[in-house]
Amino acid sequence: MTSVVKAKRQTGLWYNDSFRRLIGCLFTGVLFALVTGTTGTQKDYGFGIKHSLFHDGKPPVPSVRVIVCLLIGVVVWALITYGSQLTARLRIERSDVVAQSLDRPVVKLGTGVLVAAGLIVVPLLVAPFWREVLVTNVSIVVLLALGLNVVVGWAGLLDLGYVAFYAIGSYMAAYWTGHLPVQPPFHVNPFLTIPFAVGACLLAGVLLGAPTLRLRGDYLAIVTLGFGEIVRITANNSEEITNGPRGASNLPHFSVHLGPIKYEWGSGQLPYWYTVLVLLAIVVVLFRKLEHSRIGRAWTAIREDEVAAQATGVKTVQMKLLAFAIGASTAGLSGVVNVSKNSAFAPNNFILNVSILIVAYVVFGGMGSMLGVIVGTAVLTLLPEVLKNYLPTADQPIYFGAILVIMMIFRPAGLIPAKRRRMELGQHDTPSAEAVAVAPAGSIGHVEGS
Amino acid sequence: MNDVTMDLFLQFTVIGLVLGSLYALIALGYTLVYGVLQLINFAHSEVFMMGGFAGMFALRAMVGPNPKFADYASTYPFILLAAFAAASAAGGATAWTLERVAYRPLRRRGAPRLAFLISAIGASIFLFNLAGKLWSRDANSVPEFFNGNKPIFQIGNTVMTLKQVIIVGVALVMLVFLDMIVSRTKLGQGVRAVAQDASTAALMGVDINKTISRTFVIGGILGGAAGLMFGIFQSSVTYTMGFLPGVKAFAAAVLGGIGNIRGAMLGGLLLGLVENWVGLFIGTEWTNVVAFIVLVLVLMFRPTGLLGERLGRSA
Repeated sequence: MTSVVKAKRQTGLWYNDSFRRLIGCLFTGVLFALVTGTTGTQKDYGFGIKHSLFHDGKPPVPSVRVIVCLLIGVVVWALITYGSQLTARLRIERSDVVAQSLDRPVVKLGTGVLVAAGLIVVPLLVAPFWREVLVTNVSIVVLLALGLNVVVGWAGLLDLGYVAFYAIGSYMAAYWTGHLPVQPPFHVNPFLTIPFAVGACLLAGVLLGAPTLRLRGDYLAIVTLGFGEIVRITANNSEEITNGPRGASNLPHFSVHLGPIKYEWGSGQLPYWYTVLVLLAIVVVLFRKLEHSRIGRAWTAIREDEVAAQATGVKTVQMKLLAFAIGASTAGLSGVVNVSKNSAFAPNNFILNVSILIVAYVVFGGMGSMLGVIVGTAVLTLLPEVLKNYLPTADQPIYFGAILVIMMIFRPAGLIPAKRRRMELGQHDTPSAEAVAVAPAGSIGHVEGS
Repeated sequence: MNDVTMDLFLQFTVIGLVLGSLYALIALGYTLVYGVLQLINFAHSEVFMMGGFAGMFALRAMVGPNPKFADYASTYPFILLAAFAAASAAGGATAWTLERVAYRPLRRRGAPRLAFLISAIGASIFLFNLAGKLWSRDANSVPEFFNGNKPIFQIGNTVMTLKQVIIVGVALVMLVFLDMIVSRTKLGQGVRAVAQDASTAALMGVDINKTISRTFVIGGILGGAAGLMFGIFQSSVTYTMGFLPGVKAFAAAVLGGIGNIRGAMLGGLLLGLVENWVGLFIGTEWTNVVAFIVLVLVLMFRPTGLLGERLGRSA
């Protein structure tokens, strides 16, 4: 193809970037009208679409909804196309000021103290419903996501069966307190099931990891996915060992009986909130140490280029196993806490969707950035509860999915990206195959060393 | 295997073959996209679902919800063909849109690999829930306008019904066509070139964006047709129908060697057969466990799948 032909082919309206963007925005507007519009019925499959897009469901006249949505689309398009020039200067100035002030240790310490105080006080102020949400839907899942962040965010291993370790932790808690058909050699206090659960998860992580960690990327993903399903289905089918699909119930809450000190956690939310807060603090401090240690750097090396890491003397298999085991044990820990809080669970709590959701939380928040993972998980787990008041429950996943896509388009590194990734995305010095693939035909020349 | 008779075994084998050919068709969608992008297209299961719905709508439009067999005794192959065309078109269109919305903007920004996975997962959640909202969250029956249970041929006491013959037949035809497209045509050449080395292909004048788009569309056409077949096989379509076959087809693609077209076909068929044999010999509740154990074992001894990976080298 000669360059003349090419030039001729690409001068049409369709090849105009902003025109395409307009089409995209209008398309999104129509989708939005459908998403917010009328729910369909089985009697007339066109009902939902017609009533969302047209006035009274009669085709030629558009509904108010679709007009508003299209207008929003046009506004967004205008903002994207012309707004960047306006905000560019503003953004630089503001971010400089903010960044400088944020870097000062006093400010950092101050924010830390404020956030900590907020975390301690907030549950006291909100309604019991929100307390419950904060404990079971948010804090325990944050713990889970932090563990997965080690595997996915730092070591770069895609684990789609992470929920299996959560399950193993839960079952261990049930087993050692004697609430499964098989009885343990001795019963232990619910608190003391933590080391057992963490140990079992470590073991399971190593057992799964040892044969499979030589697989790369997506092979590992499917094998871990398979592992998750194997654990769940086996638990579901082994009636005489795990109680089958009914799972375990009436599990004891945490309690302390140390001489004169007697305390029961009970079924209230506050004791658990503070327990999880302490656990989270411990985990965050430990992981922070880990991230900047030799081990953390080894993980980064493996994530970026495994062959190169191996060549420079990183013991890749051990390091990957370690990441797996640490992630697994964190999941086990949160499993125990969850069991103690809710005092019941069933194999159905450990379906594949949970694993996928946690991966989504981690990536949404910002892979490898603990602050990002915590904030991202909190946002995404609170979202359905907030939306509950405004939207039919069944429609929520639509918005959830849309948010994931939009987020990945506009902030692919996550809500609060890890420092290292932020720099990578800014520089673009090593174009990946994907980046090369989208470079326009004229600029392919700068591809080097791939 | 005392109580398992030969007849039973053959029956399960036939069902395994039917499911296996469906898995193979879906697995091809994963493998084609993996070949050109090295990414798991997690939303492919929704392409399959959309195909199922479009096919169901087309059939309802043509024969109504409760047709009589007698009315369509001579015309049913054409109606079926039209429905398959609708399903494939919907599948292709969904896949094309997916690539535009959930993949291309990310490629342009050089996003990390996992970002693609999450945007695909997001698109998948969005799509199937939207379908549930717009159409129905219950099972939607696919009209039966021909006697699908009519036996066509018989081995021992085992019959293969018309439905099963159609599914396996259409799947085979599509597989052969795809193989020819990829190995004989210019488009196929482009796909293989991009799979082998995207930047060199670009230097050789392959329009990478177009090739990727078209690869998605081809995968979508196969997936959409598979969706309708699944609907016919189960006599109904639901908005969540994509998930499980999607996961299994993905496993099948990996089993055969992801990125490898013939591997995906082999993996799909094998998975379908193994699944049904396990169901017969061990019990249906263990089907998925054994299927995944087989997958893990295969990957332990052949880390890149049965036929090895890379679309470019092997097709």
